[in-house]
Amino acid sequence: MAHDAQHYNLDQKFDFNAGIKKSIMTVLIIGAALLAIGIVMAMLGGGHHEEGGEAAGHAFHWYERLYANLWINNVYFTGIAIIGVFFFAIQYAAQAGWSTPILRVMLSLGSWLPYAAVLMIVTFFIANHDIFHWTHSYLFDKNSPEYDSIIDGKGAFFYWPMEKGSFPVFYILRMVLFFGFWVFFFNKLKSFSYAEDIQGGTGYWYKMRSWSAYFLIFFAVSSSVSAWDWVMSIDTHWFSTLFGWYVFSSWFVAGLSAITLITIFLKGKGYLEMVNENHIHDLGKFVFGFSIFWTYLWFSQFLLIYYANIPEETVYFIERLSSDVYGSFIFVNIGMNFFLPFLVLMTRDAKRHGVFLKLVCTLLLVGHWVDFFLMVQPGTLGHNGGIGLMEVGMFLVFGSAAAMVVLGGLAKGNLIPKNHPMLEESYHHHI
Amino acid sequence: MERDTHFILGVYEDEDVLLHAVKDVRTSGVKIHEVYSPYPVHGLEHALGYKRSRLPIAAFLFGLLGTTLALTMQLYMMKFDWPMIIGGKDFAAIPDFIPVSFELTVLLAAFGMVGVFMISSDLKPWAQPRIFDLRITDDKHVMAIDIANNSTLEVEKIKEILKSSGATEVNNKSFE
Repeated sequence: MAHDAQHYNLDQKFDFNAGIKKSIMTVLIIGAALLAIGIVMAMLGGGHHEEGGEAAGHAFHWYERLYANLWINNVYFTGIAIIGVFFFAIQYAAQAGWSTPILRVMLSLGSWLPYAAVLMIVTFFIANHDIFHWTHSYLFDKNSPEYDSIIDGKGAFFYWPMEKGSFPVFYILRMVLFFGFWVFFFNKLKSFSYAEDIQGGTGYWYKMRSWSAYFLIFFAVSSSVSAWDWVMSIDTHWFSTLFGWYVFSSWFVAGLSAITLITIFLKGKGYLEMVNENHIHDLGKFVFGFSIFWTYLWFSQFLLIYYANIPEETVYFIERLSSDVYGSFIFVNIGMNFFLPFLVLMTRDAKRHGVFLKLVCTLLLVGHWVDFFLMVQPGTLGHNGGIGLMEVGMFLVFGSAAAMVVLGGLAKGNLIPKNHPMLEESYHHHI
Repeated sequence: MERDTHFILGVYEDEDVLLHAVKDVRTSGVKIHEVYSPYPVHGLEHALGYKRSRLPIAAFLFGLLGTTLALTMQLYMMKFDWPMIIGGKDFAAIPDFIPVSFELTVLLAAFGMVGVFMISSDLKPWAQPRIFDLRITDDKHVMAIDIANNSTLEVEKIKEILKSSGATEVNNKSFE
């Protein structure tokens, strides 16, 4: 049979032109403006809302909300970036052929990782006391009235090998190690993928398969541990054994939505001619399936805690469900991340046509941000949180900055790995 | 509808030949009764011009029935018929009902789908299947042409079309 894939222009590059940059910059500027207004409003309004209700609590400062927002978006967009690399690696480990023309789209998400690493570490050093309760040294001092034996018991997880309450060496080490290895694997896979364009042959494919396997083993551990470190440790007393997978599944759906949206966007601009509704259908199935997977984990966590009714566990949901600020967002979360994709993407046609997928994936990106909002804000801000201009602005700033970096990374090389051994298989992909 | 009894059969050995043959035979104006093959041939329904199955709609409706039934049943039992306090929860503790509702949704969707499929394909236990050629259970693909359905064409002409489309044998088959 003739090599039909060769009929396409395989050397096509994404032209990240001034027009696209301008529209992304517009979103960024709108976001920055909203953020600035939000900050000013919080600074001015901060004094009026002192209800004096928090007995042992400290006075609330407007910048705590800024830090919490920084943290939500740091964790969220880091997740989307690493999921791009993860999904790329999965394609090689599973020896998948269908996804060949969109491999570069997945990989490009990883371009955000170095920026995410810097932002995350800097944010931690600026905002540690305002986000993480366990960073206060008096918790570990037996003579202090605020001594907390539970947190003291967990202290080594953050401070080893230093003295508890001093400098969180182990925590920082993990953060640096995870980002270091993630960026390393991303660069490794990227350089192999681009080298394949020039050299050809199947050697690079085998190399990438091995490196993908190494990365997946590392990611299996690091994704879970990073979720404990960056999200679960905010509610220091509380723990959940499936929290790592819950955060991962939220990242995964958001990452898949981003991959789908970029693919549809590129197709709309006339790129990726090889990608037809069969490939889009498969992406839609992933988004649909993993939305249900996320719901399964969310509900598994909720049901067991609700049913067992152990106070040290239920506190997490009481903080959220019984709160005037967060109570309704729990239902927004379930509605946007389960009912919407479940009902809209159920039919075959909805998964094959860009219009439905575009709508659902955009809403899912917002929906999973709400999920992270619900993980971070109740533990950091309590009743002072909520979704206001600052939240919307920060989300837009981060989103457009990440889009800028990702599309810039995508424009650097060919859109299609033209010497990939399974290009032909992908062309004939039909479901 | 009266059961048709006289058929012409084209026997094919290769699925690629068969797929092209189906297209050729259809474009030459012959109406195909059915194609029998020992294993699923990818793209065959498309080549035969079959409409997409409406089975998923039945599955969805049966699933919906399962959810409704499960929630109604649990609510009736736990709140109205025999209220019991379990774990200090409300009588109508919806989160507790979700696992059972999920299971019944899947069960009814699956059973409903199998049932609808069997009824719509006429697969009843006492059905007498018509075997066009025993080799369709082994290694041959058979295209059956209903003579009564192609009354405008002559039998010899149909046989010629089948032969030229790549059939290794062309046979007649009649049922009582």
